[in-house]
Amino acid sequence: MSNHLFNSGHTACAGCGQSLAVRLVIDAAGKNTIVANNTGCLEVFSTKYPETSWEVPFIHSLFENAPAVASGIESALKYLGKKDSVNVIAEAGDGGTADIGLQSLSGMWERGHDVLYICYDNEAYMNTGIQRSGLTPFSADTTTTPKGAKSSGNLRYKKPMPEIAMAHGIPYVATSSIGFPQDIVRKVKKAFTIKGPKYLQIHVPCPLGWSYPSAKSVDMGKLAVDTGLYPLIEYEYGKLSVRKITPKPVDEYLKAQGRFKHLWNNPDGIKKVQEVADNNIAKYGLKAEPQPEQPAV
Amino acid sequence: MKELLEGSMVVAKAIKLCRPGVVSAYPITPQTHIVEHLAQMVADGELDSQFVNVESEHSAASVVLGSEATGVRSYSATSSQGLLLMAEVIYNIAGMRLPLVMTDANRAISAPINIWNDQQDTISLRDAGWIQIYAEDNQEALDFHILAYRLAEDKNIMLPVMVCMDGFILTHGIETVDMPTQEQVDKFLPPYKALYKLDVDNPQTLGPLADPDCYTEARYAIHATQKKALELIPELTAEFAKVFGREYNGLIEGYQLKDAERVIVAMGSVCGTIKDVIDELRQKGKKVGLLKITSFRPFPAQQIYDALKNISKVAVLDRAVSLGGGAPLATEVKAAFFGKTRSPKVISSVVAGLGGRDITKDTVKDIYSMLTQKEKACEFMDLKPELLKENYE
Repeated sequence: MSNHLFNSGHTACAGCGQSLAVRLVIDAAGKNTIVANNTGCLEVFSTKYPETSWEVPFIHSLFENAPAVASGIESALKYLGKKDSVNVIAEAGDGGTADIGLQSLSGMWERGHDVLYICYDNEAYMNTGIQRSGLTPFSADTTTTPKGAKSSGNLRYKKPMPEIAMAHGIPYVATSSIGFPQDIVRKVKKAFTIKGPKYLQIHVPCPLGWSYPSAKSVDMGKLAVDTGLYPLIEYEYGKLSVRKITPKPVDEYLKAQGRFKHLWNNPDGIKKVQEVADNNIAKYGLKAEPQPEQPAV
Repeated sequence: MKELLEGSMVVAKAIKLCRPGVVSAYPITPQTHIVEHLAQMVADGELDSQFVNVESEHSAASVVLGSEATGVRSYSATSSQGLLLMAEVIYNIAGMRLPLVMTDANRAISAPINIWNDQQDTISLRDAGWIQIYAEDNQEALDFHILAYRLAEDKNIMLPVMVCMDGFILTHGIETVDMPTQEQVDKFLPPYKALYKLDVDNPQTLGPLADPDCYTEARYAIHATQKKALELIPELTAEFAKVFGREYNGLIEGYQLKDAERVIVAMGSVCGTIKDVIDELRQKGKKVGLLKITSFRPFPAQQIYDALKNISKVAVLDRAVSLGGGAPLATEVKAAFFGKTRSPKVISSVVAGLGGRDITKDTVKDIYSMLTQKEKACEFMDLKPELLKENYE
């Protein structure tokens, strides 16, 4: 037994960004938490019968229904008069969130259930072998958007899940990254001070799916944020705050990952990804103001 | 107390008496009245329950999956396409051994789209691990819901129960029923105490990954438990009779079987029509009878064998069909006699009443008449050849 509510000994890949994020999330949420989990890597690597990594009550039902299951849990807790003392988390990967589970998630938001939804975003269907999802970034090479003579990888941009969440009028929407562990902890704790539906999307780099050395997951997370490709944003009752960055060019991030290998000697391709980062930087005002020089004495 | 009510209100009142803590459903005809009535009871403060309006049947089933897993008695209702949209959740609820009770207002499956009654929807979900009970009339629909919770929540069963009632014919049919008191229901159905649940004081992992080393056993356990339910159902109906004064076998019911030469086997509301025809034909000296199947899952093969083994000719009436195969109930009734020493000489299979086409008394008489001839396989009754564009002979 460790001191964590999500134990080691599970079967995630070495360097798995998701397993790191999960431990931070659950420890921050605390032991009075019930978790409903979509099908995906997490449920597979943490609950192989008769073993489990979970020290909090955990239920896995299907690929797309964790928000509805969590709605049922929350309703049952209300009926029992226990809702105020128990946190409810629904969680899924990016495909379970932005694609197959979006209807269920929209329903949960619209109904106003007091649930924190966590999307662990590793930017493709990793559990089934790196297929493209609605949160796969532009140009990424996946097994269903392969690079080729006539293809430069994924043609589409990431689905704007935070904005979709905001459009539901929910009180808390944020992104985070394993590049910034304390940011995850702070946002989970903040979320549970707010009643109603909450959405937290955490960038969880995947060494297998992105093709980089497994020791580099945290670095990948940091780079994604520091280039502007993965803005850390937080909407609290509609009010936006962001993590400011001194933007790095996207080259360093792209050239560290095999999924962008076809762009390495393709300046035009890199330029298009740089545009994605530049758009994010402008849209959310990510750029840190230069520090004023010390006045001369 | 005797009350004259629409079938949907009968079910809603029965559910209220069972005190579910969470109700979730999505609108679909002809189920909708049931949950409308329940929503009104919650709105009026007559029912202390969380009523969750969802965006699909998939989520309705998932919500009550979550609430049952949290240890709270729950309820949902659906029909037709709604049940099929729920299908993977339906399997999941049984696999997770959650004792949910749900009503299905039996309705045809699209295409062509058709809102009227047959039993293709629930029959299509027969392999999911749920207990399936079919009501003949609204008194049965009422009583079977109360029985269903008791059966589902029995610690030796822990399986969901689907109460199947013919859409419109029962859900919108107005009949007099004997409505039990809250005291009677409370006596028969104690508050639900879950064997396992999502509880922060005793954390458990529900719905884990089962590899080839253990998956088979989880499935076998459901199958074996269904067989146990064959023994428990008659015990529960006997106890039910003591409290409520109404007697059911719960698995099968024979009508004029004793000296019958020709017997129809059927499920659901059509059994009422068949009984009327039997009464008429008996007056003319015809030895006809009915075997009503109440429990389709678990399938009471031995009870059916015992009831029919001395009957000369049997016709099995299905309101569903396995297209390209046969008629589901007929297939299983026939299988009950395979390799046995005694058997009817003829077991014909007829399909009727699809998509709301009435099974009239004349249809039933035709089925009995047909039983003097040689065995029919998956015979569609009342076909209109003029609507068929091709010759399928």
